[in-house]
Amino acid sequence: MKNNNVKILLNGIIRENPIFVLLLGMCPALGTTSSALNGLAMGLATTFVLICSNMVVASLKRFIPDQVRIPGFIVIIATFVTLVQMSMEAYLPALYDSLGLFIPLIVVNCIVLGRAESFATKNRITPSLFDGLGIGFGFTLGLTLLGAVRELLGTGKLFEITLFPEEFGSLIFVLAPGAFIALGYLIVIVNKITEKKS
Amino acid sequence: MEYALIFVAAVFVNNIILAQFLGICPFLGVSKKIETAVGMSVAVAFVMTIATLVTYLIQHSVLNAFGLQYLQTVTFILVIASLVQMVEIVLKKVSPGLYQALGVFLPLITTNCAILGVAIIVIQKNFVMATSLVYAVSTAVGFGLALVIFSGIREQLSLTKLPRSMQGTPVALVVAGILAMAFMGFSGIV
Repeated sequence: MKNNNVKILLNGIIRENPIFVLLLGMCPALGTTSSALNGLAMGLATTFVLICSNMVVASLKRFIPDQVRIPGFIVIIATFVTLVQMSMEAYLPALYDSLGLFIPLIVVNCIVLGRAESFATKNRITPSLFDGLGIGFGFTLGLTLLGAVRELLGTGKLFEITLFPEEFGSLIFVLAPGAFIALGYLIVIVNKITEKKS
Repeated sequence: MEYALIFVAAVFVNNIILAQFLGICPFLGVSKKIETAVGMSVAVAFVMTIATLVTYLIQHSVLNAFGLQYLQTVTFILVIASLVQMVEIVLKKVSPGLYQALGVFLPLITTNCAILGVAIIVIQKNFVMATSLVYAVSTAVGFGLALVIFSGIREQLSLTKLPRSMQGTPVALVVAGILAMAFMGFSGIV
């Protein structure tokens, strides 16, 4: 049982990594990763929503009629998103400003609904919790990595610690085009590594 | 004049896909052929305009009037989901031809973050109704423009030989980056 949970956890982080393997949730991945810290925060916010919605869906699945399950799931997800949104606005206003629109948009993040539909409806509460945790960490890892690459190449900093002078960085990586290009090449690297293994 | 400025800003300067990163999923998902890209763009334009209008009315006549602003996310996503369903049913009855063309894309639109995004942006920026409508339409035009250009490039790209690990999404993302760079040339116009 315990072994199984660890497997589910690792599955979300590595084998089914939402950013690099499943290619889901691309909007926040590109939109919020102008720095490693923003990516990390966005990832954690999504993880929280994922865990909560997965657990609630898993525990309520017997009471939700099949025909209206998608609207039902959306309401559950939207509730937790509103929770995150309001607490972030109250306690971390600076972060809330920089993530902006992407916090309410967690509702339409395909990963959250996708996991509710494909995992939580078929499993019990504990495995659903670990699935949410694993996928959430995988997402956070992807976002933080992308944010770190963009921050380092763009401004010469990593988590706001200067590693090389800012003049050597190329601003394009912090701006919109750099997001696409950096993510594209990160996926190439991941593909290259998995190709060699198999 | 004000509307013209909003139009140029939404289509070129702050393009919804290439500058604001909303609606990336359909941008990567349905951009392999020009025809599907055009179909998706029309469907998005249709739903975005109606959804923005309806959510605007709900925000001002229900949520603001009763002090229920915290229900915004829940309400908007439910309204958009049911709206998409309704558009689908009405189209099926009224115009089967259009339904045939857009049918496949309609269900996908519910999870298109550009729709919910625009609905929320309009409220956040305190636009009046006419401005909101112009903004929604021009954003949809910008979405269509980026999607159609990108699908044209991808059709060409599918004929080129690439290393195996670059094929598919990675190279599409890099090309999207170059396209975004081109669109950055418009910044400063407005």
